[in-house]
Amino acid sequence: MKHLMSGNEAIARGIYEAGIKVASAYPGTPSTEILENAVKYKDSVYCEWAPNEKVALEVAYGACIGGSRSICTMKLVGLNVAADPMFTAAYNGVRGAFVIVSADDPGHHSSQNEQDNRNYARHAKIPCIEPADSQECKDFVKAACEISEQFDTPVLFRTTTRVNHSMSLVEFGERVEIQAPPYVKDAQKFVCVPAFVEGKHNKVVQRMKDLAEYGATSPLNSVEMNGSAVGVVASGAAYQYAKEVFPEDTSFLKLGLTYPLPVALVKDFASKVDKLYVIEEGDGFLELEIKAAGIECVGKELTGEVGELNPQLVAERVLGTVFPTKTVPVKPVGRPPALCPGCPHRGFFYTVSGKKDYIISGDIGCYGLGSTAPLSAIDAVVCMGGSFTMGMGMAKSFMMEGYTDKKIFAILGDSTFFHNGITGATEIVYNKGNVIPVILDNSITAMTGHQENPSTGFTLQGDVANAVKIEKVMEALGYQNIIIVDPNDLKAMKKAVEDAAASEVPACIITRRPCVLLKRLNLKFGKCVVDVDKCISCKKCLKVGCPAVAIRDGKSWIDRNQCVGCTVCAQVCPVGAIEKEGE
Amino acid sequence: MSKVTSILLSGVGGQGAVLISKILTNGFVGAGYDVKQSENHGMSQRGGCVTTQVRFGDKVYGPLFGKGQADIMIALERMEAVRCADMLKPDAVVIVNDYRQDSSLTASGLAEYPEGCVEAMQENFNTVVLNAEEIATSLGNIRCANVVLLGAACAACKELNQSGIDWESVIAATVPPKHKELNIQAFRAGMAAAAQ
Ligand SMILES: Cc1ncc(C[n+]2csc(CCOP(=O)(O)OP(=O)(O)O)c2C)c(N)n1
Repeated sequence: MKHLMSGNEAIARGIYEAGIKVASAYPGTPSTEILENAVKYKDSVYCEWAPNEKVALEVAYGACIGGSRSICTMKLVGLNVAADPMFTAAYNGVRGAFVIVSADDPGHHSSQNEQDNRNYARHAKIPCIEPADSQECKDFVKAACEISEQFDTPVLFRTTTRVNHSMSLVEFGERVEIQAPPYVKDAQKFVCVPAFVEGKHNKVVQRMKDLAEYGATSPLNSVEMNGSAVGVVASGAAYQYAKEVFPEDTSFLKLGLTYPLPVALVKDFASKVDKLYVIEEGDGFLELEIKAAGIECVGKELTGEVGELNPQLVAERVLGTVFPTKTVPVKPVGRPPALCPGCPHRGFFYTVSGKKDYIISGDIGCYGLGSTAPLSAIDAVVCMGGSFTMGMGMAKSFMMEGYTDKKIFAILGDSTFFHNGITGATEIVYNKGNVIPVILDNSITAMTGHQENPSTGFTLQGDVANAVKIEKVMEALGYQNIIIVDPNDLKAMKKAVEDAAASEVPACIITRRPCVLLKRLNLKFGKCVVDVDKCISCKKCLKVGCPAVAIRDGKSWIDRNQCVGCTVCAQVCPVGAIEKEGE
Repeated sequence: MSKVTSILLSGVGGQGAVLISKILTNGFVGAGYDVKQSENHGMSQRGGCVTTQVRFGDKVYGPLFGKGQADIMIALERMEAVRCADMLKPDAVVIVNDYRQDSSLTASGLAEYPEGCVEAMQENFNTVVLNAEEIATSLGNIRCANVVLLGAACAACKELNQSGIDWESVIAATVPPKHKELNIQAFRAGMAAAAQ
């Protein structure tokens, strides 16, 4: 029987079938569902959320030194965080298999850039595997483990959003059970000191040559000869698009092991066709390797390197095929995402929005939506954990330039605090930054769909955990004025901001209220209602940027289907026209 | 290449496109077709547009299709029908829910919700219009509006009603037992509405 499943569900199944014993990850779209599904097999596979991707990669690597097959998963930008140990693990090699999943995001559906992490394979000198559908997602995990052990190397398993999130049919297999032999110390292999580097690097260079040769006969790469006029080299989802739109007499070289390029195989294929196309998403990664091998081909000049491909785009850009469409004469209005009704982040943003003297150094999480109108409260965002430290840099710049009129608040959430925020909070007290760290604690990792984190009190496997208290961490670092506030109480929120700004000693703010979507709390919601006779149409309530609040017939109006009765709009109303029902 | 049918579901986060695509894919898988499905996850929970693509045939390659490729569209909201109009083949069949859900821009008065969405679709495509929320409410539960729309699609599209699939039993096997009756009634009401 075949199962219709997403690539992420299939990778999870692959983790189980491949006999992997340890899986660690930090959530991030489009990779998150891999471990959310792998945890179904927790009797066979230990699964955890790590505080960040570097930790996840190191835990998985340690497990492989322990002898187990192991895996870590992350989104594209997560591999930047985890890159350091990966590069040296590439020199040391493995004991059990060690697989690193990087879920790239062409089309930036939910990411801050479109980086193509196949470049990391070349940079770190490790093999790269790219599945093209859910069946391959499952099967290639096992293949990746075998390659890792045969060639003594970490393996980069590169997917894209479309492969992670689209569903296709999968046939299951059995789990292979592998018992790691008892641990034996091998310092020569696993201790990276300069004295061992040269020998290790030589081995790595030879390994990549061996892998390029292996690629010619690997079942991950396959040739389909259908004609001699046109040949296509393709990988991942792009293979599917090309297969769909190129004429039937087109020959294909489908690459599943994309790095190192199996040069002999590509040369042979190229010699059998008159014209060679390379169809790939992201950078012209294969194209560059193929051209460097002296093989003529056409790729990115036609397909483009920005955004996501689909069959129509490949047909149009490469074959010049036109798909007729009709234009309708009505222009739709955009639906920009906004903070949810009742989101506890709203109170903070409303309090600081429009204040010219405040600078808000932002971060990645639901609170990124504090940058959208009408709150428009954020000055800069770059990466997870970047807010505290960017704020610090701004403060030092203003100090050196002699500007004293701005107050800097640097914001991040509870998950981001543990990911990378603690180091920034340390930096601010250590180097005496004129910055107020603000932790918007909604008791969950919300943006990526509610994963546990070190402060929630639960683990991925559903066990009770020691909930790390953010205020205790801040206290230990040296913050002397720690203000904990309910952000839905706008008066208290305003006072917290002003008190922190005026503080003579290192101060920080923790806004604390759980995400309204958090199911385990069984939150009971009320509704706010407008008394239209009292409403003076001043539209102040619209300033909170709540999707449930609108203007109808010139008066304030609250959508009962969306309102959860947080009362933030009611607190803003100057004439008391909005009230919570039953109060 | 054998024929592949491409279906586009468009709406707003939380409208229940997920259930429609689940019923469709369960039906196609059960009938032995190759099936691929893709949805735009992203930030849909926060009020954005959501599209889901379902494709079936003897052999389906792309999990995704582009502009001018959809044979069928089920639009759960009328402005979303217009937004996705360029995804349709000129001879596509369109099911439009005559229902308005404001965006944060139209709700706050920063932009006007456009007039004439339904008419624009009718002028350009083979279009079936119904108010699924009204029909669902008359059946006692507004939440089955999605299955009403699916019923209309199954009545109006030959790819769905000549596929040899018994949609009512697929629905019965897909939804929780306690919602089975309601959803089958919703499906029938949608079929009847499309036949008018
Ligand atoms: C390096 C990196 N890893 C993961 C992500 C994906 N990601 C974006 S926001 C977020 C979680 C933020 O959680 P939290 O700080 O608790 O804020 P919330 O969304 O709950 O407000 C994650 C995991 C990312 N953008 N970058």
